[in-house]
Amino acid sequence: MSRIGVFVCHCGTNIGGVVDVPKVVEAAKQMPLVVFADENKYTCSELGQASIRNAIDEHRLDRVVVAACSPRMHENTFRRTVAAAGLNPYLLEIANIREHCSWVHSDHDEATVKAIDHVQMAVAKVARHEALFPKTIGLTKRALVIGGGVTGIQAALDIAATGHEVVLVEREPSVGGRMAQLDKTFPTLDCSACILTPKMVDVAQHPNITLLSYSEVKEVRGFVGNFEVDILKKAKMVDHSKCTGCGTCWQKCPGKVSSEFDLGLGQRTAIYIPFAQAVPNKPVIDLENCRYQTFLKWDESQGGKKPPECRICEKICPTKSIDWEQQDEIVTEKFGAIVVATGFKTFDHSVYGEYGGGRYPDVISSLQLERLMSAAGPTEGEVVRPSDGAHVKNVVFVQCVGSRDDRVGRPYCSKVCCMYTAKHAIMLKEHDPDVQCYVFYIDVRAGGKDFEEFARRAQDESGAIYLRGRVSHIYQDGKNLKVLGEDSLIGRPVEIEADLVVLATGMEASDNADTLAQTLNISYTIYNFLIEAHPKLRPVETQTDGVFVAGSAVGPRDIPECVAHGSAAAVKAVALLSQDSLKSDPLTSIVDPMKCVGCFACKVVCPFNAIEEQVTRDKRTVSSINENLCKGCGLCVVACRPGAINLRGFTSQQLLSEVLTLVRE
Amino acid sequence: MSENSAPLIIGFLCNWCSYAGADMAGTSRAAYPSNIRILRVPCSGRVDPMMIVKCFQEGADAVLVAGCHPGDCHYNEGNYYGRRRFALLRELLDFMGVERERFRVEWVSASEGKRFAKIVTDFTNEMTKMGPRKAS
Repeated sequence: MSRIGVFVCHCGTNIGGVVDVPKVVEAAKQMPLVVFADENKYTCSELGQASIRNAIDEHRLDRVVVAACSPRMHENTFRRTVAAAGLNPYLLEIANIREHCSWVHSDHDEATVKAIDHVQMAVAKVARHEALFPKTIGLTKRALVIGGGVTGIQAALDIAATGHEVVLVEREPSVGGRMAQLDKTFPTLDCSACILTPKMVDVAQHPNITLLSYSEVKEVRGFVGNFEVDILKKAKMVDHSKCTGCGTCWQKCPGKVSSEFDLGLGQRTAIYIPFAQAVPNKPVIDLENCRYQTFLKWDESQGGKKPPECRICEKICPTKSIDWEQQDEIVTEKFGAIVVATGFKTFDHSVYGEYGGGRYPDVISSLQLERLMSAAGPTEGEVVRPSDGAHVKNVVFVQCVGSRDDRVGRPYCSKVCCMYTAKHAIMLKEHDPDVQCYVFYIDVRAGGKDFEEFARRAQDESGAIYLRGRVSHIYQDGKNLKVLGEDSLIGRPVEIEADLVVLATGMEASDNADTLAQTLNISYTIYNFLIEAHPKLRPVETQTDGVFVAGSAVGPRDIPECVAHGSAAAVKAVALLSQDSLKSDPLTSIVDPMKCVGCFACKVVCPFNAIEEQVTRDKRTVSSINENLCKGCGLCVVACRPGAINLRGFTSQQLLSEVLTLVRE
Repeated sequence: MSENSAPLIIGFLCNWCSYAGADMAGTSRAAYPSNIRILRVPCSGRVDPMMIVKCFQEGADAVLVAGCHPGDCHYNEGNYYGRRRFALLRELLDFMGVERERFRVEWVSASEGKRFAKIVTDFTNEMTKMGPRKAS
């Protein structure tokens, strides 16, 4: 038989001013299994807590009900109190008679009746509580960072600086991400490569960081502290342990293809590094475009001439690093924490028929303009027209291409476009004072440190003409482009003859962000941006413990924000990894294997993949809960047809007994 | 079914949004009738439809289930499951002879204290008007 003690709090006059506390105490004394009841002025005070501890001792209480404020306020306080007196902390129940009673009801009698009911419910529930013990689980003190853009680089460096091992996985042959493609950064006009490349080199050389370039995360198993991750290392066909990155191979390779890094404006070879400052600075072979591979795949039936065998790279490589035998390889590694920083890609403007639908070579995206401006780009920094290589004089910028536009399914603002267009206008003027820029905009959104001043500078000092309105049509007129739009401030149509049109393409989630989110069991929006645990207070955590998100994979962000989030995610990951062991919350579901019929209806509804299959000794497959993954939502309990699952702390019997105290008066 | 024939309303409130919303009603002193008795559950998806049937069988006049707004569930999708189960439950309640109005599902966020008070006030007034449930 339980021995329950009830402690009713006055909370000064907060409760006592409305509820007749002595009457509640008297009523509590009459309740079944209650052997002791008392009142306190402030139960949460040291004095009040001491009175609970003393009563537990004196009256050999084995369960405690505190009738006071909301359990969301002091449940943990009183759990510690009863634990200090030697009781299991989970043998406690709170009756909320302040927020749910005295503060919202003014009639003293009604409030007292309700308070007694709430105490009665708590007594009925606590009698069915059982002692629970958090499980201690070990953890692997290593972190995985997915994505080697500036966010991932920052996160990896910050975690590594605390002495923890980091594996940085990057899909492309080099780290650097989108920032590596930029020429300058707003609003300071820092050279992007100058500030990024040292960090890229740091990542490659840091003793605690293992860089896996040209690799992808395929499968994630396990739970916080104990993830097991399958990483696909794509075949590079070059032995990087021998290669010195001398560059002889990519200078001689005859297989020329359009460069992804230069967004189609330049060419690269089939054996290549994506850009000059690539890290690692060692090439990979693009098998689709390699001539030797074409030779191998050729068969007589295709007709035509047999292609040459090529293998020039192999012949000239001074270190004999070319390895035609390399295969894709899957490695399995263990991690305690995962940081996802998969970044963004730019919107594909070819869906805009009125802007040429991608047919006009001189209608380019802003990222393409970055490549044209970059001294390391395909034109070595000379801004020329892709069609005929002529220098540009009249440049029209069109804002919000794939942002703030419901028609293309992108109603959100991409945040950075207003600023980078101001940067482009300023820099084009610096490159050539004769350039005239026109900017068609909806609003200029320049919220940020020194942003508004920078946007003004584009207009006041660099003379860019800002026209508020949308562009309705762009068409080729001889060598030039005609841009038809509207200046909505003066209410007149505008027609501008341009050498070059630059579309401010917005940000969207990178390819396969949704697949990766599913693999990691984290949520994502309809635009495939990842969802944080709380948009304000938990910006880098996710609903899955141990998985953190950072950077523009979560939504449009600029570089400083990405760096800040990368560091924030690193701190959260390190806070997790610095623990010696993890404690799991014992308020989880539990399966009675004797009742389970193995239908796995529970598995279908579980949001946390916590349901596992287990074979009993009599060879039945039944469900079992991975308590490290279970978060105690109770969805499975309701889904379970034979009633084999229960939720600790909120068992069906407990809820029923609470209901019965109310209806059987 | 208290003596004074005031309706007995049993409220199942999810811990993360609606229970906190009811706390918010308290902190902002948003008064509402005292008929409701509140049970804390982790999620509206934890509320078994059979538990609600039991409430009615045992003599409750009305049942309120409140959870996070769709899309805001602390467990990502618990309230979606709840929503579907309760839609089905209404058919069963019809069959049992429990008037539809006696069972309400509401989405109340942690910041909607005033709204919680209004929901309970309206619900209580409606139930008082309907009178106690006839024994089934």
